[in-house]
Amino acid sequence: MFSSGPWGQAIRALRYNRSAMIALAVLLALALLCALAPIYARHIAKTDPFTSNVAGTVLVNGQETDIMQPNDNPLHLGLSPIGPTWHPQSFLLGADSQGRDVAARLLYGGRNSLIIAFGAATLCILMASCIGIAAGFFGGITDAVLSRLMDIMWAVPVYLFAISLSIVTITQGLKIGPFTIASDNLMIPVFIIALVYVPYAARPVRGRVMTLRSAEFVIAARSLGVPRRRILVKDILPNVLPTLVVLAPLLTALSLLAESSLSFLSIGVQAPAASWGTIIQDGEGLIYTRPMVAVAPGLMIVITVLALNILGDGLRDALDVRETSRRSG
Amino acid sequence: MTRLFSFLSSAVLLCLFSPAMAEGIARPAEHAGGTLHLAAQSSPGTTDPQVSYFMAMYQVEAVVYDGLTTFTKGPGPLSRHAIADLAESIPQPQDDGHTWIFHLRRNIRFSNGKLLSPDDVVASMRRIFRVNSPTAGPYYSNIVGGAECLKDPDHCTLENGVIADNQAWTVTFHLTRPDAEFADRLAFNHAVILPADTPAHDTGNSAPPGTGPYRIVSYDPSSSMRLERNTHFRQWDAAAQPAGYPDRIEYRFGSDPESSVTAIENGQYDWMAENIPLDRLAELGSRFADRVHIVDFLNLYYAALNVNIPPFNSLKVREALNYAVNRHAMVIHNGGPAVAAPSCQMLPEGSPGFEPVCYWTRGADPQHPALRWEAPDMEKAKQLVRESGTAGQKVTVITAQQPEYMAMANELRSTLAELGYDASVRSMVQAVQFGYIQNSDNRVQISLTGWNADYPAASSYLRTLLACDMFHPHSDNSINISGYCDPDTDRLMDRAADLSVTDRNAGDRLWAEADRRFMAQVPTVPLVQVRWVMPLSARVKGDVSAPVYQVVFSRFQIR
Repeated sequence: MFSSGPWGQAIRALRYNRSAMIALAVLLALALLCALAPIYARHIAKTDPFTSNVAGTVLVNGQETDIMQPNDNPLHLGLSPIGPTWHPQSFLLGADSQGRDVAARLLYGGRNSLIIAFGAATLCILMASCIGIAAGFFGGITDAVLSRLMDIMWAVPVYLFAISLSIVTITQGLKIGPFTIASDNLMIPVFIIALVYVPYAARPVRGRVMTLRSAEFVIAARSLGVPRRRILVKDILPNVLPTLVVLAPLLTALSLLAESSLSFLSIGVQAPAASWGTIIQDGEGLIYTRPMVAVAPGLMIVITVLALNILGDGLRDALDVRETSRRSG
Repeated sequence: MTRLFSFLSSAVLLCLFSPAMAEGIARPAEHAGGTLHLAAQSSPGTTDPQVSYFMAMYQVEAVVYDGLTTFTKGPGPLSRHAIADLAESIPQPQDDGHTWIFHLRRNIRFSNGKLLSPDDVVASMRRIFRVNSPTAGPYYSNIVGGAECLKDPDHCTLENGVIADNQAWTVTFHLTRPDAEFADRLAFNHAVILPADTPAHDTGNSAPPGTGPYRIVSYDPSSSMRLERNTHFRQWDAAAQPAGYPDRIEYRFGSDPESSVTAIENGQYDWMAENIPLDRLAELGSRFADRVHIVDFLNLYYAALNVNIPPFNSLKVREALNYAVNRHAMVIHNGGPAVAAPSCQMLPEGSPGFEPVCYWTRGADPQHPALRWEAPDMEKAKQLVRESGTAGQKVTVITAQQPEYMAMANELRSTLAELGYDASVRSMVQAVQFGYIQNSDNRVQISLTGWNADYPAASSYLRTLLACDMFHPHSDNSINISGYCDPDTDRLMDRAADLSVTDRNAGDRLWAEADRRFMAQVPTVPLVQVRWVMPLSARVKGDVSAPVYQVVFSRFQIR
């Protein structure tokens, strides 16, 4: 079924890695569930997870029940949102402090979190590849300028950098030439997270390219007078690709964590949209009475990051960079 | 022999305690002593009482300083006006309300031992302007010479405005116009009396001496504040300035509200400054009901609608939103009916001039008002939006980031979306948000904010928040956030203020009329009036609440 080339071998090796395959299955299942969020909200839970519903009611075991329930205490202090009913049709995981269905928001939030995480990782890899390949392949002044730029970015703590950029863009949106991106557009966290992780991805790419540049097959191609562009496309890029593939799940996991952190701080995904980070923030004030609101998205983040890391390990084993380079060399 | 011993004992005791008996007590006989432990998330800023404008510091200053007048420091109705403090009584204004002559109490000393004199009063009034006190303009500029002092604070003299008579021990105030609220304004902490030699600049972390039962002995904004007894204090009026029960007050900063609640439950702190996190209310109500006090105060949450830009420049849209807002939901967002009540008007219940009326509830309108809010009327609201032709427009709600504000802002967003607007919420740190929403340059359409008056008066809500001269375009200091201006209603408020000088009840009726006029034009959406939930540690005894101050630290009895 698979060719016997290095990619075919890698895929075969990955298929035999049970942990990696389970991780991949979990990720695909999560992505599918999140993609089905509108169907769950509209047709199963029959709720709008973006509209406040504190004064509403819900049918539980055939009885109309207030979504916000008065607490049974002598002073009648406080109201708590309905807890998990474990019925998919009526607040499966309970409600948040706005009276919204946590399960529906969890799926919608997951959609945004995964879009941002995959989007940021992809953009980051694209930018890092360009920078790393340019620096490693051309060397000299290009390398000096790009490497120092990366060093400067690296010197700023990732979260501090991301928070600073987010605070600026969250109030004004983002203007790039004639294009304006509104402050509530998901492209903003995608761009910010991708940008802050560029040095972390660009440096290994540069290192790999520098190694490849002095590899015998590249030296041979040069001595035969093969144009530089052709060397880059035919010899360097295919050998950098495994590094990028191994980096991808790790960067996705990092991006997911960064997105959750920014959203938790109200500077990522903007209300009424949800992400797992914003749902944790919603649940922060309910941690004593309705812990499920914060625990559920927290678990989703843990599961996703764990799956991505295991998949990353599997890919690294399958596409062993050093082994591949020896083969290529 | 027994009789002789008894006589001698009495004589000795009389000699020992005669000063205290003559001048009043320094500390209560029973339940006095101990250290009161207070907690707050952050420090309340400068200790200079004429500069500070934070409630947390106001409460501290209430037991450290006195004014000529004050608000009662015991339980009582919210609408209570000022009572005499360093003045012997509140005088009847003379000269058609232009002149107030206060007789100063004698033998009162500052915490540095210096005797209080009428010269200190004059110097303190002058200092209000010299330190650019935040309320110098709105509260005290009607003193003769006040306007000049606002323009040139460094050379402020108030020589014809505030006059000391060290023989008669009086201080005479001359006003440019009669002011029924003048005694209330003098009760506010910016008008406390300080020694005449207090530097004419913000004293920052070094608190000037005061005449109250405590003095601030140390203050580090990053960690703590410590108060000890003012040994020169002798109680002159328990309602105005009661002698303190605790010997020391320790105020710790840096404790988040969740931790503070737990610490109070465990007896590590006795009181906390912040609102109780909503998720802890149930726990407090069920496990610590006997230690929870619910205090009424005049705090109103409302949404300010910018009447000068779309879509709220349309009266129909403003009416629509007022009909549509589910105030019951707002009550839930603030902790339920035990803590909050729906509000339909800008004057909170309990304030002078309050007359219950609700135009914007199901089945009511300005011609057929209801007495209270019952339910939203979404159909009518949608009809009004259709008539306005504004559906589909973008509307952004600007809010502070506190949980209760965020919850209410999201509720407003949902309502606006249901009305057909493309609504969103933008949150900011409260310190930034409050200035941002005031500046017309930011073109804020609708903002969520709260207002707690400095003293109980209708003008503190209506004139301050909605009068024409409180709207300052392009400025962060424009508390008329809606940018609303109706000269007719301003004139009505002027008449109400003038009438209140001679007849408070008649004045209050006019204030109620002004409230109704504002609500007919709806430059705001009044949402809820909240009560303050105050948990106390098991060590604390007695009712420590008070109108205006909410809580009086000197009245905490530590078991």
